Amino acid sequence: MHHSIEVENLSYTYPDGTIALRDVSLSIEPSEKVALVGPNGAGKSTLILHLNGILSGEGKVHVCSQEVVKENLGRVRSCVGLVFQSPDDQLFSPTVFDDVAFGPLYQGLPSVEVQQRVNEALEAVHMAGYKHRVSHHLSAGEKKRIAIATVLSMRPEVLILDEPTGGLDPRSRRSLIHLLNELPLTMLASTHDMRMVREVFPRMIILDEGSVVADGPTELLMNDTSLLEAHGLEKA
Amino acid sequence: MQPAPISMHIPDGFLSVQVSIFLWLIAILVIGYALKRVSADLGERQVPVMGVLAAAIFAGQMLNFAIAGGTSGHLVGAAIATILLGPWAAMLVLTCVISIQALLFQDGGLLVLGANIFNMAIVGVAVAYMVFRTVRRLTSGRSWSLFMGGFLAAWMSVEVSSLGTALELSVSGTSPANLAIPAMGGIHALIGIGEGLITLGALAFLSASRIDLLKANQAAQARGNLVWVAGLILALTLAIASPLASKHPDGLMSVAKQYGFLSNEQNPLYLLIPHYLFPGMENKTVATILAAILGTLIVFGVTFAVAYTRRHRPGAHEH
Amino acid sequence: MHVHFLDPYRPRSSLIHKFDPSLKLVLTVGFILTCTLIPTGAWPIYILFFALVLSADVLSELGVGYVFKRSVLALPFVLAALPLILTVHGKTIFSLPIGPWVLSPSYPGLERFISIAIKSWLSMQTAILLAASTPFPDLLVAMRSAGVPRLLVSIFGLMWRYLFVLVDETMRLVRARAARSGKSDRPEAKTGRHLAWRARVTGGMAGNLLLRAFERSDRIYMAMVSRGYDGESRSLPLPAVRPAEWAALFASLSVLGILIFVAYSLWG
Repeated sequence: MHHSIEVENLSYTYPDGTIALRDVSLSIEPSEKVALVGPNGAGKSTLILHLNGILSGEGKVHVCSQEVVKENLGRVRSCVGLVFQSPDDQLFSPTVFDDVAFGPLYQGLPSVEVQQRVNEALEAVHMAGYKHRVSHHLSAGEKKRIAIATVLSMRPEVLILDEPTGGLDPRSRRSLIHLLNELPLTMLASTHDMRMVREVFPRMIILDEGSVVADGPTELLMNDTSLLEAHGLEKA
Repeated sequence: MQPAPISMHIPDGFLSVQVSIFLWLIAILVIGYALKRVSADLGERQVPVMGVLAAAIFAGQMLNFAIAGGTSGHLVGAAIATILLGPWAAMLVLTCVISIQALLFQDGGLLVLGANIFNMAIVGVAVAYMVFRTVRRLTSGRSWSLFMGGFLAAWMSVEVSSLGTALELSVSGTSPANLAIPAMGGIHALIGIGEGLITLGALAFLSASRIDLLKANQAAQARGNLVWVAGLILALTLAIASPLASKHPDGLMSVAKQYGFLSNEQNPLYLLIPHYLFPGMENKTVATILAAILGTLIVFGVTFAVAYTRRHRPGAHEH
Repeated sequence: MHVHFLDPYRPRSSLIHKFDPSLKLVLTVGFILTCTLIPTGAWPIYILFFALVLSADVLSELGVGYVFKRSVLALPFVLAALPLILTVHGKTIFSLPIGPWVLSPSYPGLERFISIAIKSWLSMQTAILLAASTPFPDLLVAMRSAGVPRLLVSIFGLMWRYLFVLVDETMRLVRARAARSGKSDRPEAKTGRHLAWRARVTGGMAGNLLLRAFERSDRIYMAMVSRGYDGESRSLPLPAVRPAEWAALFASLSVLGILIFVAYSLWG
């Protein structure tokens, strides 16, 4: 059976000795939308970095039915699109076009196709007119959407987001939530925004101190106030 | 962890003391003057601007791009710093970067720090500035003027710095001139292309995002006549001296000896100690064995002393 | 994730850690100078120096392995001196014809190469000891005592403060690029495009870094001004040095001086 993401007994310790992940296992099916929640320091970002091979720990990680090992990293990264927390760290080209085109260009696609992909990706995030704008001058909300576009242009199967609504004003946040609801991809989002979780993600995984403490329907878990409180979360 | 594997940082022991001290003196004079000029130009903003930019250049040197077969290219940054900040501030920024690299990461030695500062912060910046300004003047008005200037400035800066490094190594007798100069010069001609391309990319980003910053520095650029002249002299001197030295390595050695730059290999500074004071010392093997014994005793002595004091320290009895 | 491993300082309560930072700096540079002055082939002196460095290692309680490991990282530059084996004239070890050339390494050449390698390695270890046993703020104090202008020291301090922040940003930029560096499943597609493009993209990342640093410096300047900064770098007076430390410094420098004297008179 094709899992979009499959993590088996993943453990990871940082070079300085901190244990970040303890025996984490989870699996995500195609088209599922899952939220990863937990207090700061729980290991959410660390877990995410394993899903496209930036970090590698003990245990097995498969994405799009491929094992995340050194030989496969190229294919893994074409399949899993990772959108980081700070857009400034991801928009490193002079124009929006250049940033969104990076992925397909790197893959070696012909330039006609690259153009097509860029247009597609910008359409999907409702920023079609921004092709020749300078990334640096955009607002926080606009930058976030462009950052998503830079990943969409690679036509990934899975979209992983780290704190998608972090630092956004209510209007930008609202339009981002619309966008996430629209996108038909398999999605995993690490977030503190519990209200967004309720709206967009039917399944929720709670991570605390490197271990999975709960994994189930959002509706169910959201009503378990004592569980939420025990892991530094608030009910939305 | 090695922040940036750039091959221009000379470690201690590779330059003769005379060359090291000579270049230290030059570095102190030039950097001292740079401090005055920057104070005048930037005033009270200088500390935050230069401090953070120095951190950025240091961090930027960790950026890499894949070349082939596992090797990667890195940025040195003299050219982009010069274009962004003007020559004097760039010298200070690079001095900070090189000093921190030496002090904390042993990327370059401490005694030879003056030489490294001279090669990368002074020669590197002066040559970059000279080339950049010249190209801009000659091609002013063309849309590609900035990029052409940036590329050439970066390339020349890396190449000429490397020639300086090679010459210093040769004069100190560490590396033969007919090998060091072509090797360093050749390799850095290639590295310089990478530097040029990265500089181009940085300029493309900067001119798209904040062209006003680049334009603002035109003013700083214009007041660098001293640097321009210095850059020209350095570039010409090294460009001429290097092939000459490379063809006549022995000639270089005799010049070095004449001016006292060669490490004092063959000339005892002091009078010979009479044999009866250290009997048997002329025999190197005996001396070596004695030294080994003495050395081992010293190390064991210190080890026991440390272990002893640790045991008797307050709180040392927890197990 | 933070780049703490960038800081070489390891806190311990050893004598070396407690020694006055300015004197430590003087001693380190003095040692390196002495090392550089020792002539080629003075093996007994090299051995003694090695013993001294090893003793200092032990005294610092850093663990001999720590200093060794770090010193090995910086060693590759030693290869620059390798040609000396072939070019210094003297008694040849062997002759190896390779094509039109004949490689004939000589004993004096080998001696010279090994001497430089040892001297370099020993100097490196003392520098490592200095960095590992002295917190950076104390090194700044040492620099001031050494006469480095206050302005430059202030710039160093600010650089240090933001070094980790900016290195973090750099690592995140590199990760963001890696995350978008994928391989297409089409066999004819050339992954990674070409070198010049990759170099330019890297340049864009550098530009991004520099620009953010520039704008950050604006915010820092405003924060400084809000706290009364007027361009003058002021700080507390330098701490006093204990007489015992002066004595230790004097003794150490004397020992180094004696070793140079001995080395030159016997092997110069």
